[in-house]
Amino acid sequence: MSAPLLAVENVGRRFGGFVALDGVTAQFEPNKVTSIIGPNGAGKSTFFNVLSGVLTPSTGSIRFKGQNLTGTRQHKFVHLGIARSYQITNIFPELSAHENVRVAAQAARSRYNIWRNRSHFPELGERADAALDSVGLGGKHNETAKFLAHGQQRALEIAIALVSDPEVLLLDEPTAGMGPEETKDMVALLEKLARDRTILLVEHKMKMILGLSDRILVLHHGRLIADGSPRDIQADPDVRRVYLGQNDGYA
Amino acid sequence: MERDMTVKSIPLAATSSGARKATDLAAALTNWRVLLSIAALCLLPWVLPSKALAVNVLVYGVLAMGYNLLFGYTGLLSFGHAAFFGAGAYITGIAIGQFGVPWYGAVLLGIIGGGLLALAIGALSIRTRGIYFSMVTLALAQLVYHVALQASSWTGGENGLRGFTVAKIDIAGFSINFLDPVSKYYVLMVFAALALWFVSRILNSPFGAAIEAIRENETRARTCGYDVERTKLISFVLSGLICALAGTMSALHLAFVPLDVLHYQTSGMIVMMTLLGGASSFFGPFVGALAFLLMEDVFSLWTSHWQIIVGSIFILFVLFLPKGIWGTFLARVVR
Repeated sequence: MSAPLLAVENVGRRFGGFVALDGVTAQFEPNKVTSIIGPNGAGKSTFFNVLSGVLTPSTGSIRFKGQNLTGTRQHKFVHLGIARSYQITNIFPELSAHENVRVAAQAARSRYNIWRNRSHFPELGERADAALDSVGLGGKHNETAKFLAHGQQRALEIAIALVSDPEVLLLDEPTAGMGPEETKDMVALLEKLARDRTILLVEHKMKMILGLSDRILVLHHGRLIADGSPRDIQADPDVRRVYLGQNDGYA
Repeated sequence: MERDMTVKSIPLAATSSGARKATDLAAALTNWRVLLSIAALCLLPWVLPSKALAVNVLVYGVLAMGYNLLFGYTGLLSFGHAAFFGAGAYITGIAIGQFGVPWYGAVLLGIIGGGLLALAIGALSIRTRGIYFSMVTLALAQLVYHVALQASSWTGGENGLRGFTVAKIDIAGFSINFLDPVSKYYVLMVFAALALWFVSRILNSPFGAAIEAIRENETRARTCGYDVERTKLISFVLSGLICALAGTMSALHLAFVPLDVLHYQTSGMIVMMTLLGGASSFFGPFVGALAFLLMEDVFSLWTSHWQIIVGSIFILFVLFLPKGIWGTFLARVVR
């Protein structure tokens, strides 16, 4: 077992009186795919928001490569090596696909310079091209993002996250709203990415999760109720009771 | 996803020659926007009914352009930009009239003062969003208005600031008669040209890409690693600097600063000019300023309630031509 890249300890988050996340402890090793599942309202999105700095945890701590990230401002996460996508497609709608990714790459290189031209950093454009090609958007570089098909927009968002060359990629329902064909393409893409990246995935499509994941965490009412291999999780009686049984999960 | 690519055609790769020409024209307009804008503005005094109107287009065009950097390109609707315009105007007037500072020093002080005020107002307002941001900027600008109203020994209070006429401008041995409308126009044109260059500089830069990203999607920009608050504040200050420059131009032009420059109606007028011409288009604010001032000139001859007509036209624009005059022209004719 290699050393954990990312570790959360006793992480909790409350909103007023509501406890969305309750003392979750977990460690994530490099180059593994971990899926986080659970019924709606289980705390999956809160967990992701805490891991990516969108929310500061009310309790506990997050460590990344030994560094304590608790309370670090959100925009710094990607520079440290943690990038994410959102459940609802989150792109720059009026910009071209290429500029969507280029401006994301630019954030690591130049954020406040007004004396240079954007074109002074040609490597950013090249990296954007490569990222777009890698998610299957090769022919769409100049298309305005809002005119892309839904599945292509989801892929674009992954390209935006990928261009920062993150060590950890947090993907919040990357196949949300996708048909079977688009889902298949996305799974192929995730399999490719999983070879040399640590991926955390929130998903509802059980077949996809079971095939793709090295490990599954199950959240229920903000608590971690199971943590293990897909096989263990399928056999876990608690999980069957709270999740798989009630949700027709094998759809 | 690769499957989808074959299903949907790719418009840009399959452009007809006509569309190609239009794209070239759009690219040319963008690449040469500073020189084209300067050329257009240089012709202005000779096509407009009066030289005074031309100077006003210059002043308010620079003002709206500065505002557009924040509103059109960063996506922040400030209702308090009269404060920076007024600060530039008052500081320039006070520096010349009460401290005997030469005109160029007074202009510099006006710009710096407006920029510092923008830093203060920006720092207080930038963390609020949407309507709250608009309201905070409005409230803080009202504060500036009332300070100027009360500090009448400095500002002349309700009567406005007088007594700082700039009669001639000496540059490199030349003495330019600033009372001559044409000379005055072209001196102020130099300031406008610098502002045009500066704004174009910003828009071409990595910072320009960052503010556009924030306008498009603040959450995504933050996730990509941009410090959204800091970037917005810098944009706010740059915008304030340009609006303050417009204020100093106005002071030099009129040799008078009316208290109205700080009034919230001025803030509203800036928004209207920007939207009329076309927010987030480079030359739009000048077109908007021209349209607004022309309408004011024409309609105020007919009726003292000219604002009803201008307001109605403005509403029609917002409803049916949200890209404004210049933005619609670019979208329909060029693309």
